[in-house]
Amino acid sequence: MASSPKLNSHIPEGPMESKWTHHKSTVRLVSPANKRRLDVIVVGTGLAGASAAASLAELGYNVKAFCFQDSPRRAHSIAAQGGINAAKNYQNDGDSVYRLFYDTVKGGDYRAREANVYRLAEVSASIIDQCVAQGVPFAREYGGLLDNRSFGGVQVSRTFYARGQTGQQLLLGAYSALERQVAKGAVTMYSRHEMVELVMVDGKARGIIARNLVTGELERHFGHAVLICSGGYGNVFYLSTNAMGSNVTAAWKAHKKGAFFGNPCFTQIHPTCIPVSGDYQSKLTLMSESLRNDGRVWVPKAVGDKRKPEEISDEERDYYLERRYPAFGNLVPRDVASRAAKQACDEGRGVGPSGLAVYLDFRDAIKRLGHHVISARYGNLFEMYEKITGEDPYQTPMRIYPAVHYTMGGLWVDYNLMTTVPGLYALGEANFSDHGANRLGASALMQGLADGYFVIPYTLGEYLADDIRTPAIPTNHPAFDEAEKSVRDRIEKLMSIKGKQTVEDLHKRLGRIIWDYCGMSRTAEGLTKALAMVQELKNEFWTDVRIPGDVNEFNPELDKAGRVADFIELGELMIRDALMRNESCGGHFREESQTEDGEAKRDDENFAFVAAWEYTGTEPVLHKEELNFEVVHLTQRSYK
Amino acid sequence: MSDSINLKLKIWRQRNHKEAGHFEMYDMPGVSTHMSFLEMMDVLNDRLIREGKDPVAFDHDCREGICGMCSMYINGRAHGPLKGTTTCQLHMRHFSDGETVTIEPWRAAAFPVIKDLVVDRTSFDKIIAAGGYISVNTGNATDANSLPVEKAKSDEAFDAAACIGCGACVATCKNASGMLFLSAKVSHLALLPQGEPERRERVLRMIDAHDESGLGACTNTGACEAECPKEISISHIARLNREYLRAGMTGE
Ligand SMILES: Cc1cc2nc3c(=O)[nH]c(=O)nc-3n(C[C@H](O)[C@H](O)[C@H](O)COP(=O)(O)OP(=O)(O)OC[C@H]3O[C@@H](n4cnc5c(N)ncnc54)[C@H](O)[C@@H]3O)c2cc1C
Ligand code: SF4
Ligand code: FES
Repeated sequence: MASSPKLNSHIPEGPMESKWTHHKSTVRLVSPANKRRLDVIVVGTGLAGASAAASLAELGYNVKAFCFQDSPRRAHSIAAQGGINAAKNYQNDGDSVYRLFYDTVKGGDYRAREANVYRLAEVSASIIDQCVAQGVPFAREYGGLLDNRSFGGVQVSRTFYARGQTGQQLLLGAYSALERQVAKGAVTMYSRHEMVELVMVDGKARGIIARNLVTGELERHFGHAVLICSGGYGNVFYLSTNAMGSNVTAAWKAHKKGAFFGNPCFTQIHPTCIPVSGDYQSKLTLMSESLRNDGRVWVPKAVGDKRKPEEISDEERDYYLERRYPAFGNLVPRDVASRAAKQACDEGRGVGPSGLAVYLDFRDAIKRLGHHVISARYGNLFEMYEKITGEDPYQTPMRIYPAVHYTMGGLWVDYNLMTTVPGLYALGEANFSDHGANRLGASALMQGLADGYFVIPYTLGEYLADDIRTPAIPTNHPAFDEAEKSVRDRIEKLMSIKGKQTVEDLHKRLGRIIWDYCGMSRTAEGLTKALAMVQELKNEFWTDVRIPGDVNEFNPELDKAGRVADFIELGELMIRDALMRNESCGGHFREESQTEDGEAKRDDENFAFVAAWEYTGTEPVLHKEELNFEVVHLTQRSYK
Repeated sequence: MSDSINLKLKIWRQRNHKEAGHFEMYDMPGVSTHMSFLEMMDVLNDRLIREGKDPVAFDHDCREGICGMCSMYINGRAHGPLKGTTTCQLHMRHFSDGETVTIEPWRAAAFPVIKDLVVDRTSFDKIIAAGGYISVNTGNATDANSLPVEKAKSDEAFDAAACIGCGACVATCKNASGMLFLSAKVSHLALLPQGEPERRERVLRMIDAHDESGLGACTNTGACEAECPKEISISHIARLNREYLRAGMTGE
C-alpha cells in the first residue's frame, strides 16, 4: 500500500532519535521584527490552545484567542483528574523516552505515526519543567521532590499528578501564562465567542467568522494562520464525560473547507463511570481508573439476579475480569474492560435499576488494608460517588458502566501539525494525533501541552516564513463577505424551521444511534442500518427542530443547535469510517474480526493505515496514509 | 425517602443588563430526587421550549464541580444549601416535597447580569492578568527537581490553587469583595520559591486591578469562606494582608 498523494506527512529524514532535533535546527525561522507583523488565530484555550497562544505571543506573534466559555480558564481540560505522563525517570525504574514511545505505540494498537509519538515522548520532560516553573503544585514527596504514580497498566511510574485535579492545575498554569500575554497586549482574548466558519483566501486559511455569544453578532477576524485547538467530539454520543459545551463545530467547519478528518471512528470508552440514572441524565461522571487497583469487578452468575449485592455469596458472583484475564485481572486496558462489562450486561447479568451496570467492590480491599488506607487512597472519589448516587461505597459496592471519554480521531495533521489546508493547524484532542486507536491514561494532557508549548512554536515558522510580506487582508475581502453570508443564511434557516422537537431531543436520539451501533462493539449490519438512521435524523433536524428566542441575544439553544447539526454530519462520517475498517483495533471492535475466544483481532495486512476523509458534499472520499513501523514490531496485544 | 418531590421554583428573569429583572414562579411536579439541580433546570427548560416560552439562561459546563462556570444563588445561598458543593454537584435529594426554591444570579456591581442567571465575571480574568502568574517564558525552565519545595508548603499552595474562580465569594459578601479569590492566587504563588521574585509587584498590581473593577473592600466578615465550594480558607486573606504590608514596606 502506498499513501495517497494528497497526504504528505512531512516526516523528517534520519534515524528516529534525531528526527526532531534535526528538524528543529533546520526549520525556517521568522525574525522577531517580522513576527510582530503576523497575526495568528487560536481557536480554543484548553491545554493545547492556551499553551500555544501564550508561547506564540511570547515569541512576538500577534495572537487572537477564542473560547466559548466566559473565561479561558474553564476549558474542558480543567476536568482531567489522574495525571500527566513524562519520561523523566525520576523514580530510577528504567523509564526512558524510548519506553514511553514504545508504550504509546503499542497502547494505541499500532495505528499511530511513529515519528510523532517519538517526538511526544522526547518533549514530555520539558513539559514538567515548564509547568513547575509556572507554579503548578504537583504532588511532592517529603524530601521536597516530585512524586510519581503508575497509571493505566504500564510497568513504570511516570505519571505526575496534582491530587485528583491535575488538569485543573495544568490549565491554570497555561491560563496564567496566557493572561500575562493578554496584559502585555500580545494576545487579544475573545471569550464567549464561537468560531462558526473558516475563511479561505487563495486556497489558504486566512481567518474565521466568530459569533459573539452574548450579542449574537457575527465578527470577522483575519489571521495569517489559524490554529484549531477546540478539543474532542465525544459529545456526538450525547452522554459522555466531556463538558456540556464540548463540540466538533470548529473542526467540522475546517473539514468542510478542505481539512481531511482522520480516523473519526476511533473513540475511547472508559470502563469506570457512574451509570445512567434516568432519562434526564445530562452527562456522565468518570471515576478514576486508579480505583481498579483495589476494587474487584463482578456481576452475579445468574441472569436476572436482583438481590442486593451483600446477599450474593462469593460462589454466586462472577469476577469476570479475573476469570477471563488471569494475568492482568481487573487491570486490563480500558477498551478490554469496557467490552467485557458490556458483554456481561448484554447477557442479562447487569445490576442496578437499569441493568446497565457492574459492581466495583472494595469489600476485600477494606478487609485487607483497613478503612483508613482505602479512604486515604480514594476518599475524594468515594465522596464524589456518594454525592451523585447517595450511596456509600464503603458499605456497598460501587456501580459502574463504561462511558465515552475521549476521541482519538480528529483533523488529520502532518508532522508540523498542519492539516491538509495550508495555514490551518490542529492541536490537542482536536487532531487525530499520537494515540492511534486507543489512548493510554495520562497521555492526553501530555500531548496537548507538547503540541502547544514545544511543537507549534517551531513548526509554525516553517509556513509563516513565506508570509512575512503578506499584509493583513482587510476583512471586507469578498471571502469574508461570502463566509459571513453562509453563516447568516444557516442561522436564519435554523431559526425559521420552528418545528416540534427540541435540540436536546434530536441530540439524544443521535447519541443513542451512535452508542448502539458505533459504540463498544460494531458490525457491518448495524453500521449500515445506523447510516440510514442518521441520514433520516438529519432530515428531521432540518425540518422539525424548534429553537426558541432571537438571533441577536444570548441564546444557548441556538448555539447548541448549530453544534448538534454538525454532530449529525460527523456521526455519519464516523459510521462510514467504522464500516470501512473491517478489523478490530484499540477502541474499535468489529464483531466480524475477533479471535475464537472473543478477543479483538487486528488486520495489519489490510488496515495498517490512517483513514483520512475528504469532504466532498456528497460521499466522502477516503485517503490512506500508510503506517510504516521502523522501530516497533507489530504484535497482537494479549492480556490473558 | 420518596423518589420524587413536587417543588415550586421562584426564578429571577432578566432579559439583559439594560432591562429590569423580576421573579417568576414555576411549578415543578414530579422531580426525581436522583437528579442534579441543573438537570432539574434542563427539565424545566425543555418544558418551556415546548410551550413556546423562553428557557431560563444559566451558565454551566463541566457539571463536575471543577470549571467554576455554574453560579446560582439558591434559597439565599451561593451554590445552595450544601457545604463544599457547587450548584452542578447539588442533587435534588437535599430538597423536600412542597418546598419553594428561590433561584437568583450572583448579585454584584462588578458582575453585571447578561441574561437571567448568567453574569459577566471577566473582572476575575483582569485580576489574574494584572499579576496572577510567574513570569517564565516557554523554554526558560530548569529541571523540575532542581528546585525542591517543602511538602507542607507545596500542599498549602495546592489548597489555595484549588480555587475554581466561580465568584461565589463575591456573591456572598455584603461588600461584594473579591478578596478570597484574589488571596487564593497570591497565597498559592507566595508559598512557592518560584513565586518569590515577583512577590511585591504581584500583590500590588492585583489589588489595584481588583479595586478598579468595582469589587468591594474586605471587612473580614468570613461569609466567603463559609460559602466557597472549594472551602478556600480565609487565612489566605490574612496572608494577603501580610504580603500587602510587606510590599508597602519594601517599596521604593
Ligand atoms: C473527566 C475527564 C478526565 C480526564 N483525565 C485525564 C487525565 O487524567 N490525563 C490525561 O492525560 N487526559 C485526561 N483526559 C483527557 C484530556 O482532559 C483532554 O483530552 C484534553 O484536556 C483536551 O485538551 P484540548 O486543549 O485539546 O481541548 P479542551 O480542553 O477541550 O479545550 C477546547 C477549547 O476549545 C474551545 N472551543 C471549542 N469549540 C470552539 C469554537 N467553535 N469556537 C471557539 N472556541 C471553541 C473551548 O472553549 C475550549 O477553550 C480526561 C478527560 C475527561 C473528560
Ligand atoms: S475563592 Fe471559592 S468562592 Fe471564591 S472564586 Fe474561588 S472557589 Fe469560588
Ligand atoms: S458546571 Fe463546572 S463547576 Fe459547575
